[in-house]
Amino acid sequence: MRVVLGEDLALLRDGLIRLLAAHDFEVVEAVDNGPSLLHALIEHKPDVAVVDVRLPPTFTDEGLRAAIGARAQVPGLPVLVLSQYVEQLYARELLSDGQGGVGYLLKDRVANVGQFIDAVRRVADGGTAMDPEVVSQLLARNAGNAPLHQLTPREREVLEQMAEGRSNAAIAGKLFITEKAVSKHTNNIFAKLGLPPSSDDNRRVLAVLAFLNG
Amino acid sequence: MAENLADTVRPTTGRFALACWGLLFSLYSGVGIALFCASITFIGLIPVWVGIPVLLALFAATRGYADQHRLWATRHLGMPIGRLYKPTPEGWWLAKIRGHLTDKQTWRDLAWLLVNMTVGMFLSLLPITFIAGALWYLILPFLFTVTPPGTFDTNYGLFRVHSTGTAFITYAFALVSLVLFQLLTVPIMRAYGSVNRWLLGPPQSDALARRVEQLTESRADTVDTQAAELRRIERDLHDGAQARLVSLGMSLGMAEELLASNPQAAQNLLAEARESTGLALSELRDLVRGIHPPVLADRGLDGAVRALAMASALPVEVTVDLPGRPPAPVESAMYFAVAETLTNVAKHSGATSAWIRLGYTDGRLGVMVGDDGRGGASAASGGGLHGIERRLSAFDGIVHIASPLGGPTIVTMELPCVLSSVKISPSSETA
Repeated sequence: MRVVLGEDLALLRDGLIRLLAAHDFEVVEAVDNGPSLLHALIEHKPDVAVVDVRLPPTFTDEGLRAAIGARAQVPGLPVLVLSQYVEQLYARELLSDGQGGVGYLLKDRVANVGQFIDAVRRVADGGTAMDPEVVSQLLARNAGNAPLHQLTPREREVLEQMAEGRSNAAIAGKLFITEKAVSKHTNNIFAKLGLPPSSDDNRRVLAVLAFLNG
Repeated sequence: MAENLADTVRPTTGRFALACWGLLFSLYSGVGIALFCASITFIGLIPVWVGIPVLLALFAATRGYADQHRLWATRHLGMPIGRLYKPTPEGWWLAKIRGHLTDKQTWRDLAWLLVNMTVGMFLSLLPITFIAGALWYLILPFLFTVTPPGTFDTNYGLFRVHSTGTAFITYAFALVSLVLFQLLTVPIMRAYGSVNRWLLGPPQSDALARRVEQLTESRADTVDTQAAELRRIERDLHDGAQARLVSLGMSLGMAEELLASNPQAAQNLLAEARESTGLALSELRDLVRGIHPPVLADRGLDGAVRALAMASALPVEVTVDLPGRPPAPVESAMYFAVAETLTNVAKHSGATSAWIRLGYTDGRLGVMVGDDGRGGASAASGGGLHGIERRLSAFDGIVHIASPLGGPTIVTMELPCVLSSVKISPSSETA
């Protein structure tokens, strides 16, 4: 799989290149600033981009803007955004075009190599990867949301996993239950939240995130 | 007060209204005459005691009377006049009257009464006289037609007005009157305001002394707050990230030792070490948020306040109308003030929803935070709102809390500042 990397700190950039190469990704270009990133994204149209939010020249949210800008020109271009902190505002902006293929993770998650590579693959496949911290912020914000109170604790766990972007199969593996049980829970969740059921994993995730982003 | 040092004078009321106010004040100066005469009389009666209670009442009335003039100049002439009396001492009448008599401003008030009933009355009456004059000359020709001949005959030296026809000459006077009204009303009323300010406002030196006092106080507050912040950061680093790194080093060291002899245990230690880095990072993140939230750097006050609203457990409606970006320290102070206020709302108000309005008028950045909670909020010492007050005072900012029992609560925060034009970041969108 072809990857474009946008990260300005050399130490992290080299680390990420090594990490991705070790898992059969080919880093076609690694850039260290916003304008070159946008250029590289449009030119290579990679299978997935891994992008740091804060990049030169402004050292603000240059990377995020480049990612959103590139997706405006190449709809659905898979982008995984990494950051030292997560901001719900940015998660919402990334998700706002309603297309899959976005990820938003804390940089710390890179340390858990298996899960990180999993997230990159999921985003490349048009799926979603939201940081658990984003999800817990979203749920905290929805604390007063009546339909959420009708969920059983187990259903809530499944909802959290789904919001992070996991497929039913992945949730089953993570919670040590059968895929059939997961599918029963997701059906219940969708019924309680009043969302139209869908058999497609990615679409389900987007529907749940849209609901929580209200 | 700062406004006394400012020289910019800008009337906020139209000429005609100013002229009418002038008429009102010249009539009202009669009250001043009464106050002045009575005060002088009863000062003479202090030795026989009766003077004291009456004089106290008279001084209070004089202050009220002067306050009306101060307020008027602020509202209608855009000339704020400061009010600086010594605090009245507690105790018996004698102590009080002594307090009043030793206050320089009491005597300046009396002097002002005298000036107000002479110069002040003359000045404030002028503009309406121009209008009256113009009207008089305009209707003069018609007066000749309805009155017996000779009633309004006037000899102007060069010519005589004695009939309807010749009376039309006076239209020239009406015109002159109107031009004078147009040109002179504002300067005259401004002069009236200046006379009032000269005697009613604190003398420049007093204003400066007060300002120095304020600055000393707010600087001490700022230094205290900053020192406390630094102590908190130091403690957080010491107990948090630093401790985590120490334990991380230990785990790694032990893993190194065990790698050959017990690979399984080494692996567990490495996993532990990784977890430790995660915790250290998350603690550093919280610390950074408390120092300068990244979203504030990225998106300015507008985006940062929206992000705050989004993170709040309550639904918060945000309206922003900022034509530019305030300086970074102001942005930061206002951000933390809003964050603290929102936290207060969520914690104490019992509200079900809140709103934030962010705007900029007359050189002041203003934020209003409102909620539909139970009210009763106050800036009591030690509370969150008191902390905001202290934080903002470093920038000459003010906090106003309107929170009747039963709600709703509206907290208004204002900071004087200059906006820079919105900086379009050299964004890649155009590349």
